[in-house]
Amino acid sequence: MAIAEQQTSPQATQAAGERSWHGIILHTLKRNEISLVPYVPDRVLTPLIRNLHADPFFTTFATAREEEAVGIVSGAWMGGRRGAVLMQTSGFATLANVLASLAVPYQIPLIMFVSERGTLGEFNYGQSLVCRTMRPVLDSLALEHHTITRLDELEFITDRSIKQAVTTQAPVALILNPLLTGGKVFDK
Amino acid sequence: MSSNLSARNTKVMNRFDVTSRLIAKLKHEEAVIGGIGNTNFDLWAAGHRPQNFYMLGSMGLAFPIALGVALAQPDRRVFALEGDGSLLMQLGALSTIAALKPKNLTMIVMDNGIYQITGAQPTPAAHVADIVAIAIGSGLANSAWAADEEDFQRLVEDAMTAAEPSLIAVRIDDKPGVGTTRRDPVQIRERFMHGLGVREPL
Repeated sequence: MAIAEQQTSPQATQAAGERSWHGIILHTLKRNEISLVPYVPDRVLTPLIRNLHADPFFTTFATAREEEAVGIVSGAWMGGRRGAVLMQTSGFATLANVLASLAVPYQIPLIMFVSERGTLGEFNYGQSLVCRTMRPVLDSLALEHHTITRLDELEFITDRSIKQAVTTQAPVALILNPLLTGGKVFDK
Repeated sequence: MSSNLSARNTKVMNRFDVTSRLIAKLKHEEAVIGGIGNTNFDLWAAGHRPQNFYMLGSMGLAFPIALGVALAQPDRRVFALEGDGSLLMQLGALSTIAALKPKNLTMIVMDNGIYQITGAQPTPAAHVADIVAIAIGSGLANSAWAADEEDFQRLVEDAMTAAEPSLIAVRIDDKPGVGTTRRDPVQIRERFMHGLGVREPL
């Protein structure tokens, strides 16, 4: 279902509305009052990023680096505003320092959405290698993370994970697998 | 360019003195984010306030953290203190701030051209780059060198009523910080949230 949707036109994707993976994430963010969404873009995340920009509820913008986005949502959390960061696998690989020195020790509910490159049809060897660093880094800090592969589980996992992050004051990484999003393949 | 830098007329000031002058001007529970190392050691030494946040790592993120606070609380003025070496880690953040234009954010760069805390090694920018030129080139038009202490205080006053983000660069000496921040990250974060009115103590 999700893979088929990747092959449709942007208009049809938008019309698919709330039941697309990106529609579910957008509405789950909104329902949890997450209004600040800095990102470093990724091809797969494009429809989500476009729809966040189109919705005045959200303040969404590109940052130069992923750790910059983590700093921004950390400051916003302390100021009473909720945020989430969007990135690609290779972007997560730049975050070990800020996770270990800011988000974890200061107990900040950092919510990360990671579009997963490097698996299930990856065509770039560098991406497949950097992907293998992601879960060991998350596990080394005992961080909560979920790999989401099914559309019917997306809302439950996302909504519950956001609430758990906030109430336990701990970061969470939601990894958006190609089984959910269609991923990026060589012929695109 | 290096000859221009050596000839510039900005006075070499002291971090603790300049930080103390800033704190003395804060009357409205303004937030202050202190970058890692000597920058937040001197913020601590200038007298703890509940609206101060002290970083213990994540070098280069003082401005992004301050941007987040500024976006969360647009009616509160937010100051960020950062060292030149730290800023070099995250120059892209200047453009992000320029694009968002938070008028309640003031960035202060303490520029001694060295990584004082690691043994005073020169930064790659020392003698070749100009922080204010970088900031202006990044889109932060309201950026200036403080010529001396009085000029610094004037620039802070201007920033408090500015309609766009401000950056003030200060040439400082090679002295270490005067105090040492208590390294208790949970308490630092919790007290800061109390200071910003986000939470009440238990």
